[in-house]
Amino acid sequence: MTPTTAHRLPPRSRGGRDNGGGAVARLLPDDPGTGPGLGDHLARHGDLPSDLESNRWRESLTGEIERSGLFGRGGAAFPTVRKLRAVISQPGLAVVIANGTEGEPASQKDRALLARAPHLALDGAALAAKLVDANEAIVVVHRDVRGAVDRAVDERRRARLDKTRLRVVTAADRFVAGEASAVVNWVAQRRPLPLAKRTRLAECGFGGRPTLVQNVETLANLALIARHGATWFRTQGTSEEPGTMLITVLGAVERPGVFEIEIGKPVADILAEAGELTSPPQALLVGGYFGQWLPGEPSLPLPFSARGLGIGLGAGLVFALPTGSCGVAETAHLTRFLASESAGQCGPCVFGLPAIAEQLENLASGHVTRMEDLKRWLVEIEGRGACSHPDGVARLVKSALKVFARELVEHQRGWCTGADQQPILPTVHGATL
Amino acid sequence: MSGVRLRVDRVACDGRGFCAEVAPELIRLDDWGFPIIEQGVISGHREADAHDAVELCPKLALWLEEADRTGPSQ
Repeated sequence: MTPTTAHRLPPRSRGGRDNGGGAVARLLPDDPGTGPGLGDHLARHGDLPSDLESNRWRESLTGEIERSGLFGRGGAAFPTVRKLRAVISQPGLAVVIANGTEGEPASQKDRALLARAPHLALDGAALAAKLVDANEAIVVVHRDVRGAVDRAVDERRRARLDKTRLRVVTAADRFVAGEASAVVNWVAQRRPLPLAKRTRLAECGFGGRPTLVQNVETLANLALIARHGATWFRTQGTSEEPGTMLITVLGAVERPGVFEIEIGKPVADILAEAGELTSPPQALLVGGYFGQWLPGEPSLPLPFSARGLGIGLGAGLVFALPTGSCGVAETAHLTRFLASESAGQCGPCVFGLPAIAEQLENLASGHVTRMEDLKRWLVEIEGRGACSHPDGVARLVKSALKVFARELVEHQRGWCTGADQQPILPTVHGATL
Repeated sequence: MSGVRLRVDRVACDGRGFCAEVAPELIRLDDWGFPIIEQGVISGHREADAHDAVELCPKLALWLEEADRTGPSQ
C-alpha cells in the first residue's frame, strides 16, 4: 500500500514534529490516516539505510547511538550503546531479543507502539541484529498485539525487507516476565523466571549465545537514529535525557491512555495530554509499580525527567492519585500484588514481600503495625534477589512512607483521612485503562 | 593479595544457614533465615572464613570472585 491521498505526508518525512504542549509524534503517528502497515511506515519514515553489511556502517551507527544519548525505555534507563558494545565485543553469533513483554498491568505503551507502529520496532530489531552480528531477532510481545506484530512480520517477509530472521513469541503474562533474563529464560525454556546470573547475558544468554535484550521502544528509537542521526535525535528532550518517551497516564485524568511526550516538559503538561485533571492530584506514582510516589501539586511544575524529578522514569507510567483516595491503601494493594508476582525463587523475596505487604495492610486498615520491622525489612531485602523485584518493592514502599508521612501518623492512630480506600491501580494483566 | 568478594546464588540458596555459623563476621541471617552477606572486599583471615562458608554450603550456592572483577553482583 502506497500513500495516495493528498493529506498524507511525503516520504523522508518530519520525524519529530512538535504539536505544541507536551506532545510529539516521532514514534507514534499523529495522523489518524497513518495505519500500521508497511506502506504507511515507509511513507512516514523512509527506507532504512541500505549499506547495512559494512563494518564502516556499523561503526558509524554505533557512534551515532552513542552521541544520541539513547537510553533504554524498558525501565532501567541503561545507556543503549553500552549494552550494544557489550554484545559486539563478544565472539560468536549473537541473538537479539526485542522485549515487548510489558508485564506491568498498568502500562500500555509497548502495546500501543506495537499496535500502531510495529515496523519501527521491527526496523530497530533488524538493525540491532546487524550491529551485534546476530542472524535472528526474537520479538517477544504481549498477547494483545501478537496479531498486529505477526501481520507486520509477514509484510516484511513478502517485501524481502530483512536479511535477519524475525521470530515472534507471545510473552508470558506475569510481572517479572519482562526482566531481561526472565525473557531469555521464557524464550529458551518456557520459564518466565529471572535467572540467577553468574555471567552476563551479553556473554552467555539465549542458547549460550551473546544476547542483546532491548525494549521495543528503545529499538524504535534506534531505527529513527539510523535514519536521521544523533543531532536530530537530540532536538527533543534534555541534554542528559534526550528524545521522546512513551508514557501511560492514568488516575485523576479525563482521558487515560498512552502518549508520546518530550522528556523534560513540565509534569503538568504531561498530565494535560490526558485531558483535564478530574481532581487535584494528591500524589503521583511515577515510573510504574517499581516507581516512586511523589507529592502531587508540588511536582506539577517540575520537568518530567529523571533529573528533574530525582527518580527514575521506569517504563513511563504516570498515575495521579485522586483527592480522597488513600495512598497507604493503594500502596498496600500494589505491594500485595507484587508479593504475589514474585517468581518464588529467592528467600528474601518469597518471605520478605508478603511480610511487608501484611504490615502495610495493617497500616492501611488502622491495625497495629510493626513499623520498625517494616523499615528494617525494606533495607534488608534490597539487592537480595536474582532480579531486582525486591528492590523495586522496597523503593516503592519507602517512597510511600515519605510522601504519605502525615497520612501514616493518622493511620497509626487508627484513622484514614481518605474518603475511599478502594484501590484504583489495576493488578490484572492486560487490563484496559 | 587483592581479596575476594562473596557471592550468593539466591535461587539455589534455601536458607540452611551454615554459612552464618562458620563466617559470622561476613554473614548474618534475616528474619527468615536467609543470608545477608558482606558486600565489600574480603581479605586476611576473613578470606579463610569466606572459603569455609563456600565449601560448607550444602546447596553450593556461594562462590568467591576476585575483587577486581566486575560483573553482575548477586
